[in-house]
Parts: sequence; structure tokens; C-alpha cells
Amino acid sequence: MVIVIKNRSELPIYEQIKQQMKAQILDGTLREDEQLPSIRQLARDLKISVITTTRVYNDLLDEGFITSMSGKGYYVAPRNNELLRERMLFEMEDGLQKAVENGRNAGLTDDEIAAALRKFMEG
Amino acid sequence: MGNILEIKELCKAYDDFVLKNVSFALPKGYIMGFVGQNGSGKTTTIRSIMNMTKIDSGSISVFGLDSVRDSIAIKQRLGVVFDSMYLAEHLTAKQIERQIRPFYKNWDSKDFFDSLKRFSLPDNRVVGDFSKGMKMKLMVAIALAHKPELLILDEPTSGLDPVARDELLDILSEYIQDENRGILFSTHITADVERIADYVTILHNGRVWFTGDKDELAEGYAVVKGAESAIPEGLKEKMIGFHNYRNGFEALIRAEDMVCLPDKLECEKASIDEILVYIAKEDKNAVHFEDNTL
Repeated sequence: MVIVIKNRSELPIYEQIKQQMKAQILDGTLREDEQLPSIRQLARDLKISVITTTRVYNDLLDEGFITSMSGKGYYVAPRNNELLRERMLFEMEDGLQKAVENGRNAGLTDDEIAAALRKFMEG
Repeated sequence: MGNILEIKELCKAYDDFVLKNVSFALPKGYIMGFVGQNGSGKTTTIRSIMNMTKIDSGSISVFGLDSVRDSIAIKQRLGVVFDSMYLAEHLTAKQIERQIRPFYKNWDSKDFFDSLKRFSLPDNRVVGDFSKGMKMKLMVAIALAHKPELLILDEPTSGLDPVARDELLDILSEYIQDENRGILFSTHITADVERIADYVTILHNGRVWFTGDKDELAEGYAVVKGAESAIPEGLKEKMIGFHNYRNGFEALIRAEDMVCLPDKLECEKASIDEILVYIAKEDKNAVHFEDNTL
């Protein structure tokens, strides 16, 4: 797991960590069932507060990205996890909605926006 | 979980300084940054916790014990680091260890010498020759050698170079791996607090201006800038440390007042440093205001 904290970022530290962990879970860098560092260990490694890392893990638990086993620690949630899938769909829809809004604001027609999306998908 | 340190309504008056109704609590397992201007009362508060100064009223509980009545029992379980060295300069770390050891039941000589090694401190050189960073690390090594549950540091980072400061933060992060411990540290270098502290207490003119979760502080305030004419009516009075200059104004604003800000005004995250500066400015504004009404 690679976490880079930018001190000059506008995003709060917990949000930065959350986004990076999510990205690594989604792209498979963090594999399912992989054990994560404990809340205190992560705080120590990154030299940040325990409350911050607690918040990160609680949010990731709520969103279904990780699971906790009492007394054993935190693990990356299995990828077939319903919650995680739903979350990914939500993020996709959210992103698409923003893309459509931005496109329309820029004065593109819906056809042009759809064409841009197709282009993206073809890579 | 419980609080490892709890201060209630602490009052202490000197001829020219008053500590008034200072209350805050540090839960077990966390780090609290203790900040404020010079002369805001941080050291007096710490000296009160240590029972090094007689408090006028209020109560301080450490590990659930009373700071005055149980002072000796508390000190066996508490480690402290001050900003200047209190050790005899003509002695070596080895000799100092022999001096201090008998005072503590839980003193662990092996642990002490391990710390020296880890902090790259020689045990055979007189400590008067140590650099400022080395002196600080030596005091930390001493403070940790009796396995304290609470660590109190009074401006440990002042005058230290960035490398030594970073090493200290490392030591503190490692210390707090044990969730039955706690750290209270006062500092001017708020960047240190911004990173590793879980809780923050801001002292101002002998009173607690803020105490609580660091994130609450960060999310509770913002710096607002822009043209004075763009401020909606009634909002200026709510701003903290309002400061006008040729091309506009700057002030600190509470998050709950941000909703009524017009787009024309810029809003930025406030660092602890900025918050401290605006609190001090607000004082000057208040003095100014009083002058005008007289």
C-alpha cells in the first residue's frame, strides 16, 4: 500500500488517504482479504494522528471497501461484495452525471457528449 | 476508555498574569497539542499538573489521581520534558543515569541505554557539549526510562532543526502505539500539532479558547478575504481578528457563519498558526474598540 500525503493539498489528510486506499482497492493493488496495518500502526507510519486514521477506516468500513474482524484487524473486502459493487456503481453514476453537466455547460450537444464518452471507452 | 488527564476549572493568579477556569481533558491513547502565544499560560498549566506550582482553585486529575494529594504517585508514572535542560552540564549521560535512577521504582537502565543508542547519543561525553537536539533527545530518553503512562513535553521542539523535530515526532508516534498512554505537548511549531495531534487545546490570555478534536478545529474555522463592501450586514461583527488593508480585508470566520458568505469573498482553510494570529488580532481590535467608546 502506497500512501502519499500532500501537506499543501486542499483536501484534508483523511480524505487523501481514503481516496488513495479506495483507488488501490479498486485497481487491485490492494488485493482482497489482504490485511491492512492497524489504526495505530498506520498513524505511526504516516506520522499523523490516530483520530485521522480511525476516521479513514470507519469510512472505508461504512462504504464496504474493508472489513474488520474483531481482535484481528482490518482486511480488504472481497471484490464480489455487494456493498462495494453498489458503491462502484454509485461512483460511476456520480462521475457520469458530472461529466454530462460539464459537457452541457461547455455548450456540447448530448450526441457530442456521448461521442466523447465512447472515445474514452475505446481508449 | 477514560481520561488520562483531566483539568477542571483551574485558576492561578500571579501579580501580572491570571490562569482562569482552564478545563480540558485528554482521553487515554491520544496526543494533545497545547498551543498559544507566549505568556498564554501553557507552562503555568503544565507546572500545575506537575504540582510545581500551587493552584488557587480547581482540580487536576492524572490517571484518576489528584495532582496535589497524590503528587508523588503520579510522578512515578509520568514523564516530562522541558524546553531547557535541567541537567548538570559537567556530567556524562552515564553519570546522570546513576543520579536519577534511584528516584523511580520502574526505572529501566537497559531501556535508557538502548534509547541513547537509538538516538545516537554518546554516554561518555559531558552533556554540556551536546547540541540542542541532543539535549532534547537525552531528556526524552530520561523521561521514557521509567516507562511513563503519560508524557508531558513543554515546547520540546523550540530551537530544534527540522531533522531533530522529525526524530522527536517519530519517537512520539512510536510511544503512542500503546493505547494506554497519552501525550500532552506544548509547542509553537504548530505544523507538528497539525500532523500528529489528535486533540488540540488553544490557550489565550490564561483561558481556554478551544479544546477538542483537531479536525473539529480545522473544519470549524476558515480565513475569509475580499473587499469589505462585499460583507453582508451583521457578518463583520461575527468575524474574528478583522483586519483591513488597502486592497481588502482578512478575517477568521466560524464555519456556521460561512453559509451567508457571498461568492465574491474568498474562503480558505485556516491553519492553527492562522487561527492563533487572528485570535491575537481580535484582542487588539477589542482594545481599539474600547478606546473609541471611552
